[in-house]
Amino acid sequence: MPEVAPSTEAYLMLSATLFAVGLIGVIVRRNMITVLMAIELMMNAVNINLIAFSHRLSSLEGQVFTIFIITVAAGEAAVGLAIIIQLYRLKSSVNVDDARELNG
Amino acid sequence: MSFPVMVFFLIGTIAVASSILVIAMRNPVHSALFLLLTFLCVAVLFILKEAEFVGAVQLLVYAGGIMVLFLFVVMLINVRHLPDEKIVSPMWLGGIGVGLAVFILFATEVRPGTYAANVGRDDYLRRVTTHKLLRHKNPDGSVRKYRVRSGTQSGNSEAVGNALYGDYLVPFEVASLFLLVAMIGAILIGKRELSAADEDVNPQYMIDRVETEKEVKEAMSA
Repeated sequence: MPEVAPSTEAYLMLSATLFAVGLIGVIVRRNMITVLMAIELMMNAVNINLIAFSHRLSSLEGQVFTIFIITVAAGEAAVGLAIIIQLYRLKSSVNVDDARELNG
Repeated sequence: MSFPVMVFFLIGTIAVASSILVIAMRNPVHSALFLLLTFLCVAVLFILKEAEFVGAVQLLVYAGGIMVLFLFVVMLINVRHLPDEKIVSPMWLGGIGVGLAVFILFATEVRPGTYAANVGRDDYLRRVTTHKLLRHKNPDGSVRKYRVRSGTQSGNSEAVGNALYGDYLVPFEVASLFLLVAMIGAILIGKRELSAADEDVNPQYMIDRVETEKEVKEAMSA
């Protein structure tokens, strides 16, 4: 009997769960570093989707796009963490609610 | 239940549990470590779907690079939440509601049996397409050149590399440009700003550096 890979639907459900958890983290948490981690979680969920469909369609494009998304995630993490460090120097806090100068 | 399906359920459960712990932990260091566990589980899930190269990239870039960056910043900033400090925003109930709504929206779209098994023809995930330039000598002496496409089965890494340096060469170069811009931006933003007064006089690290190698040797021998 050939080994059956897990279905595409199972992957999509897992990806939806991870995305929802990441979204909740972005909205609910107040620590900026944790918010950035939650954004990385959401990007990972998107990658899982792409890989699942790449396998289903037997096409390499999903994998290539996943590599580009990983590149973008790396750059985004570097710049985001630099902004967080600078904001911490300015305010001595990494609380999202403390950065509200543009709030009017 | 086949072995890959069992691995999927085990690893998927760990991934979901650790992702929930990422956003639930009070200490950012613990969050970062659970995020690392989630990345490792996702890499295993990639490999289960025959994306071995992307799984390796996931391990190297996420677990190796981004996690070190996160831990570095967490330890540099060194924020500790006091036990009575609130770690969630006042509208946490609404946030959880939005998350659940998005999940239900996605879940209703993905009903079992929506997607048939594999609709692709061959195993294109491992196929390397190459172009070969052939010459054909006509009877009248002229030479005709023509290209021949041929596909061979090989490893996943070779196929992804072939696609990256072939069809996706321009996006690949744009990605490298993006990384350069992100690097310059991160350095520029994260730099400690020198005030104008500090720039007038000699900086402290310049004043301290008076010993040359020769002077040190003289001081030792004296």
